[in-house]
Amino acid sequence: MDRTLKFNIFRYNPMAQGTAPRMETFVLPEIPSMTLFIALNQIREEQDPSLQFDFCCRAGICGACGMLINGRPGLACKTKTKDLPEEITLLPLPVFKLVGDLSVDTGSWFREMYARVGSWIHTDKQFDPLAEEERMDNALANEIYELERCVECGCCVAGCGTARMRKDFLGAVALNRIARFALDPRDQRTDRDYFEIIGDDNGIFGCMGLLGCEDVCPKELPLQDQLGFLRRKMGLTAIRRFLPGAK
Amino acid sequence: MQTFVTDLLCIGAGLAGERVAIEAAGAGFDVICLSIVPARRSHSSAAQGGMQAALGNSAMGEGDSPDVHFMDTVKGSDWGCDQEVARIFCDNAPIAMRQMAHWGVPWNRVVAGKSFYYKGGERYEKEEKAEKEGLITARAFGGTAKWRTCYTSDGTGHTVLYTMDNRAAQLGVAVHDKTEMISLIHDGGRCLGAVARCLKTGELRVYLAKATLIAAGGFGRIYRESTNAVICDGGAHAAVLDTGVVPLGNMEAVQFHPTGIVPTYILVTEGCRGDGGTLLDVNQERFMHVYEPDKAELASRDVVSRWMMHHIREGKGVQSPYGQHLWLDIRHLGEEHIRVKLREVDEICQNFLGVDPVHSLIPVKPVQHYSMGGVRTNKDGAAYGLAGLFSAGEAACWDMHGFNRLGGNSLAETVVAGGVIGVKVVDYLRGASAQYGTAVVADRVARDQERIRRLTEGADGSEDVYKVRAAMQDALQDGVHIFRNKEGLERAVATLQEVHARAKRIGLKSDGVGANPELALALKMPGLVRLALCVAHGALMRTESRGSHAREDFPERNDRDWLTRTLATWKSEGDDLPTLDYEPATRTFEIPPGERGYGGGKIIPMDSAPKPGKEN
Repeated sequence: MDRTLKFNIFRYNPMAQGTAPRMETFVLPEIPSMTLFIALNQIREEQDPSLQFDFCCRAGICGACGMLINGRPGLACKTKTKDLPEEITLLPLPVFKLVGDLSVDTGSWFREMYARVGSWIHTDKQFDPLAEEERMDNALANEIYELERCVECGCCVAGCGTARMRKDFLGAVALNRIARFALDPRDQRTDRDYFEIIGDDNGIFGCMGLLGCEDVCPKELPLQDQLGFLRRKMGLTAIRRFLPGAK
Repeated sequence: MQTFVTDLLCIGAGLAGERVAIEAAGAGFDVICLSIVPARRSHSSAAQGGMQAALGNSAMGEGDSPDVHFMDTVKGSDWGCDQEVARIFCDNAPIAMRQMAHWGVPWNRVVAGKSFYYKGGERYEKEEKAEKEGLITARAFGGTAKWRTCYTSDGTGHTVLYTMDNRAAQLGVAVHDKTEMISLIHDGGRCLGAVARCLKTGELRVYLAKATLIAAGGFGRIYRESTNAVICDGGAHAAVLDTGVVPLGNMEAVQFHPTGIVPTYILVTEGCRGDGGTLLDVNQERFMHVYEPDKAELASRDVVSRWMMHHIREGKGVQSPYGQHLWLDIRHLGEEHIRVKLREVDEICQNFLGVDPVHSLIPVKPVQHYSMGGVRTNKDGAAYGLAGLFSAGEAACWDMHGFNRLGGNSLAETVVAGGVIGVKVVDYLRGASAQYGTAVVADRVARDQERIRRLTEGADGSEDVYKVRAAMQDALQDGVHIFRNKEGLERAVATLQEVHARAKRIGLKSDGVGANPELALALKMPGLVRLALCVAHGALMRTESRGSHAREDFPERNDRDWLTRTLATWKSEGDDLPTLDYEPATRTFEIPPGERGYGGGKIIPMDSAPKPGKEN
């Protein structure tokens, strides 16, 4: 311990007229069990009360605090300073619109994504409050939960080569969302329906297979498997459209 | 300035807010939810354990019914709850769980056959019935007679919130995220909407609505040590209190959760104890069964927290640089159980403590966790004092929790109350017409603009907002904690009155331009201290012990004098104490006050029985 940490932090307030983006340095003595959550709050409370960043649950559950930590997308709350060098560079996540300093607007991006993928159970069944619940195999429920653990932190999007080049690329988070609904028997959509959403270069065929998404996912979701699974499924769906007798 | 006009304005887009919003949107009304964070980041997402509903599908839940759930809930509340509301809740909970399944929640399901479970460190066998295979299953939680807590591994809040937000998106509910309500617009009799600040640009906005719902969650962050997300700071409650006419109910009823990890106070779920985890002291010996032979680790939270603090006072705590703590032991549950069914717990221990719970003990101590108090409403969710104002979820004192909430009942409340109150809000909207006095709106906006100007220019002084907040948090932490007494509470009230005076002299250190975080806190700071004073003053005046409110100088539960709910109103800006009134805790008694069966303690019975022929 006994280190003095140097934080190089991106600063820009788009609402302050006549200012330009810049890097600013803050110095803090390291303390035991220090995380970036603790450090950034200390900087704001003691050195610069205008510093903007996002934390919410501070426990790795809500996904609010995604940022570039020494160049790599990650959750600041669960990043311990002892795992970092003395000099720490913090930048806002790319792709998302900047709010100010380290804070970005993930909410608008994700809301648009839900609309594009139809992020809800599509069914024509009506809920009957008097009936027993529809049964489901527990193993399947667990499988769905595995894919539903995504916290929408945006790290996979920020770590994606295609997303940096194609503004409309859905990203691993949206493809994982499709995989979740494709697995769920309650959702009546077919592969053809999903093909309409992701069967192009802004969807599954735009993925370059660099797998930065899986490398940086703080929840360690099996994004690589889901991308492979969907690409195969969508490829077959595309071929079937040209086969004789296809509708 | 942008002005938005809508039918229903929900302050908060967590489970309760969105559930009400869905009901209104489903009935064809326009709805806007304001949220400080993107919709799926609300504190609802952090709830790990589950939701109570008497489905009775699992072997250990056999024979469960809303009646048994009701009995547990009333006992859990230490008879402080509104029994009519508890009944509405318990009857509707099973339907709400099935509805959430229909909307997409991947609930864990019954797997037929034999399996093992742990209780108090001992291994037992149970057998799930073949005819129940695939139905929603349940786990054990504290204070319940049956296994009743529906769950999805330990990410229940997460999956339910995501499903709820999916449904809201499907119905076209608008969520204005990164937007914070800073004051309510009202004419003294009717709520007209709110003034909000955009946390992307710093601009003020006006929202006008026929009905306004407060569903902003709890206010645990007024304490120094809390399991709550940092957004649970009480800003919305402060704005409600500032109306001067809407009372907050039972603010002294603050729940402390037994297992906050030391030193970050992140919660590890009660599911740990429900699944068979045990509490150990400095000698690595169990102690809960000594104090509570029957329920042991699974007594209700107030009871377990108190015995833990008592045990630490007996010299059995573990010393650490962050003060004394105890241990939570889940090692005997085995690696598979911990890595799968308690994965969030596993991750929290590994990421925030550097401890592997499969092999090591988890350092824990009781920390602030839940606010039983909140915006006082009637059983329809309508707030006292202003027509058109509603509240639901943790933000509300609807009051099914009384003085102690059972684990699994809050997450369930958000969805159940959201559904029930949503129907009532729709009824209200059908009969309501919009009437906006422009002078009232202009006056409110002008006052908020003036507040911002004075803070930015430092017109009232140069107090540092973060130091003021720390002083408030310390006062509550030191004087209004698990064990309370007259001396400590009087000291806390006096300190908070000084802090209140300082809060009125805050001046910004930064320029306040744009989405400035210092300004966001400064705008609500005086109101937060008023909230703290409602908690401290209410606790000082309540001369009994009930549920989470434990007075060392008044150890009895006093049903003769205190079978009441505290109503705290801040009548005038010049006041330095809230005005306290009281109302009966419940108008109807389905169960007369009696022993809880755990927690010990004497009871001073009511003078007369609530119904002829019934004795206490």
